[in-house]
Amino acid sequence: MKVAIIQFPGSNCDLDTLHVLNNVMKVKADLVWHKRDDLRYYSAVILPGGFSYGDRLRAGVIAANSPIMKEVRRMAKDGHPILGICNGFQILVEAGLLPGALLRNSSLKFICKWVNLTIVSNKAIFTHNLKKNHLLRMPIAHNEGRYFIDKDSLKEIYKKNQIILKYVDENGKATESANPNGSIDGIAGICNEEGNVFGLMPHPERASEKLLSPFNTNDGIKIFSSMIDYINRR
Amino acid sequence: MVVLNSILVGLTEDEIKEVRKMLGREPNHLELAMIDAEWSEHCSYKSSKPLLKQLPTKGPRVIIGPGYDAGVVDVGDGYVVTLHIESHNHPSAIDPYGGAATGIGGVLRDILCMGTRPIALLDSLRFGNIEESAHSRWLFKHVVRGISDYGNCVGVPTVAGEVEFDNCFERNCLVDVVCLGLGRVENLVLAEAKHPGDAIILVGGSTGRDGIHGVTFASRVLTEKSDKERSAVQIPDPFMKKLIIEATLEAVATGYVRGLKDLGGGGLTCGLSEMADKGGCGIDIELSKVHLREKDLSPTEIMISESQERMLFIIKQGYEKEVCKIFDKYELPYSIIGRVTDSGNLVVKKNGIELANLPVKIVANAPLINRRAVEPDYIKNLKIIEKPTLPSDLSSVLLKLLNCPSIASKSWVYEQYDHEVGIRTVVKPGQGDASVLRLPNGTFLAIKVDGNSKHCYIDPYNGAAGCLSEVCRNLVSVGAEPLAFVDHLQFGDPGNPEVFWTFSESVRGLVDYSKAIGLPCIGGKVSFYNEDKVKNIAIKPSPVVAAIGIIEKQEWITTMNFKRDDDYIVILGETKSEMGGSEYYEYIHGLTGGTVPKIDFVKEKATINVVINAIRKGFVKAVHDISKGGIAVALAEMCISGRIGASINCINIPNNGIRIDEILFSETHSRFILETDSENINKLIELVKNAGITYNIIGKVGGKALRFYNDWELIHIPLLDLEDSYLNSIPKCMGEIL
Repeated sequence: MKVAIIQFPGSNCDLDTLHVLNNVMKVKADLVWHKRDDLRYYSAVILPGGFSYGDRLRAGVIAANSPIMKEVRRMAKDGHPILGICNGFQILVEAGLLPGALLRNSSLKFICKWVNLTIVSNKAIFTHNLKKNHLLRMPIAHNEGRYFIDKDSLKEIYKKNQIILKYVDENGKATESANPNGSIDGIAGICNEEGNVFGLMPHPERASEKLLSPFNTNDGIKIFSSMIDYINRR
Repeated sequence: MVVLNSILVGLTEDEIKEVRKMLGREPNHLELAMIDAEWSEHCSYKSSKPLLKQLPTKGPRVIIGPGYDAGVVDVGDGYVVTLHIESHNHPSAIDPYGGAATGIGGVLRDILCMGTRPIALLDSLRFGNIEESAHSRWLFKHVVRGISDYGNCVGVPTVAGEVEFDNCFERNCLVDVVCLGLGRVENLVLAEAKHPGDAIILVGGSTGRDGIHGVTFASRVLTEKSDKERSAVQIPDPFMKKLIIEATLEAVATGYVRGLKDLGGGGLTCGLSEMADKGGCGIDIELSKVHLREKDLSPTEIMISESQERMLFIIKQGYEKEVCKIFDKYELPYSIIGRVTDSGNLVVKKNGIELANLPVKIVANAPLINRRAVEPDYIKNLKIIEKPTLPSDLSSVLLKLLNCPSIASKSWVYEQYDHEVGIRTVVKPGQGDASVLRLPNGTFLAIKVDGNSKHCYIDPYNGAAGCLSEVCRNLVSVGAEPLAFVDHLQFGDPGNPEVFWTFSESVRGLVDYSKAIGLPCIGGKVSFYNEDKVKNIAIKPSPVVAAIGIIEKQEWITTMNFKRDDDYIVILGETKSEMGGSEYYEYIHGLTGGTVPKIDFVKEKATINVVINAIRKGFVKAVHDISKGGIAVALAEMCISGRIGASINCINIPNNGIRIDEILFSETHSRFILETDSENINKLIELVKNAGITYNIIGKVGGKALRFYNDWELIHIPLLDLEDSYLNSIPKCMGEIL
């Protein structure tokens, strides 16, 4: 098993994600430059966080048209796990692999802080191992993370269990003050209908070592290990 | 400033005479512009060099000290860290967003051109009164946004900082940025042109008209015309910078990069002449090869443009292609603009025609100036002032201090910065007195930046020494042993003997402290001319120091939040009536003057050592230094971050018989507050006693309020009220919450 971490010009969580896969999860992973067009030898793809193309035009939109994305689409269609973290989530949305849009935070400011998240659905192969309502702690760091989707589509993704993560308070309640960026219904992460493409604004790779967590937690591991278990079972 | 050959230059009549004498001929227009840029105060340090030489620069771990783009410190196992500080004061005063962003861009390049990866940024900011001035709020908001947009986009975390507000910064805000780099000792690159024949490659952004005369602009005071000088502010492009960072580090890994220099102040002139001078060689360049943003740029404009996101590479002759392949991968514009020669001259040609030919020795070594220093009258007048009357309600004084923007939580600022990217940030902003980063060899590095213009205004000598004391206390509080520092010295016009006196006193303070404690200076920067001729105010003397410390073991990392009910609270150090420049005098009483805190170097060193020892032996659970706002504010911060109360018996606070408000709010140095439990209290006390340090147990952790009492209750504030004052102050000032 080998995971491809795609590097776009301006990606900046690529090395962090590689570190966590190699040294924490003990899984093989490669950094793959966005101009490559062959991912045949990989069993999963991660689009890391950062500012691909400096967020020019709109976050993620230029990267969504990179040569590698054709191959990412094929991998998605073939049922391989595709994980988009932060800017990676924005790219997946811009590429049409996930529904909705990510807008400027309601505060109009970049926000970097640790948040509480709840598992709304374990449909995604990245949350298979987790129970519903399980509480996770991870940091967010973004300018354009306000998830938005029109009313009808929102109903649709509720019905199909595509809403995976929501921002909540430390008691697991969805409150206005626990929603850091004004996302609709406090949505922090969603998956596609099949459950193999997952995008989230929080950074699991920054929350996978207790040393780095103000709460001595390593909840990020849970996302990666669900993905790895799935690949091993596949 | 004089007009010569129809161009405006910053050189004095005397300096122009000196140029003629050294050259033995009349310099042409281009040559004069080049010398003007390189001899500016900004590039040459002509006023400050004689004094700065007194700073100690050697230490067991120092690999490279001042004189290069960044200082280099050995952190073990072949790893090195690099440290540099920069300011972008003048540009930020007229274009806060672009000025602050390009300040970050500049300091990143300094770290990068040592061949090291930038891994952390810090910012030290000074503005006018944001509670009253809309202009200062505008500057503050956009400076923070500029740093946020740039730092976040390049993927370098902003991990720590400090912000101070004072009326003197109303028009001249100060924006200091510090960058830390990490690399391998074998990959270090110096800005030296040593091998004739090597290629000079200019990489990155195109050269344009932005930043023309930037150094000349930075080397004079702001006037009513300054707003029209926006073209002297460069244009930021963090995306280009990110590509340059990755391409440069890939290029360095090939082993063919023999010299690296960022293009900042003074542009190509400064970069080329300094590299040639350091390497003892010459350089020939061909201007038609420089990729331009506007076709009609004159040779002078090309040579002094400060367009951002440009780097100069010196590549081993014959290996140009290997390195250029990397620039191609990142789609970075580049051009081979010249070669290193053995002539000792900087020769500028366009289409083969020689336009300038100057010995690099002359360009890179401006004659030094011995400035006159006279103690200002105001210093004497401020020494003795009448004590304010003792307020009857000390609870409201403490709440007001916690609400004071200089003291209040800066989460409004640091939550706009990505402080996590790179996954190294172990102690994050707000958690401890300094930030702590993990290093690849299993050790940890603490870093902090500090300044205190209110102390420095009243007493520049003790104020500047106090800045170093505070930064060391902050490092020690998180469990680190201080290793080295860089300084940034910000003053008004050095031609004014009174301003220059405050500068020379500040340097003397830094010299005495660093020698006494054994802390080497590995680099720094000087920024003069921070004056506003419209309102006729100079800034208060504002030395800022950034320091790094090492923590060898994970279990030594210490934070400031109170941990558990019933734990003991111990104070180290004696509290004195040193109220000059304190937030209590300035913010509560509107008083400027009095005696500022003085450092007893012997006690300071002993106290620092005892705290380090106590942490290493595992005797303490929380440590916090006492600085702005005194004991009362320090304890409030420990309660707020621990979300737990404390009760303090003020009778037990060691002091020399001073008033209760002085005990609570004095900013005397060399003091710490420690939390320990019943298992360790006796061991801690024995350790402190043996070191001969003044100490006492002053209270216990616990409850839902912070209480101070002596024979009766002095202060009683519920935690929620402490939090409200401390956490909401800046968002309220910025109009974001009511």
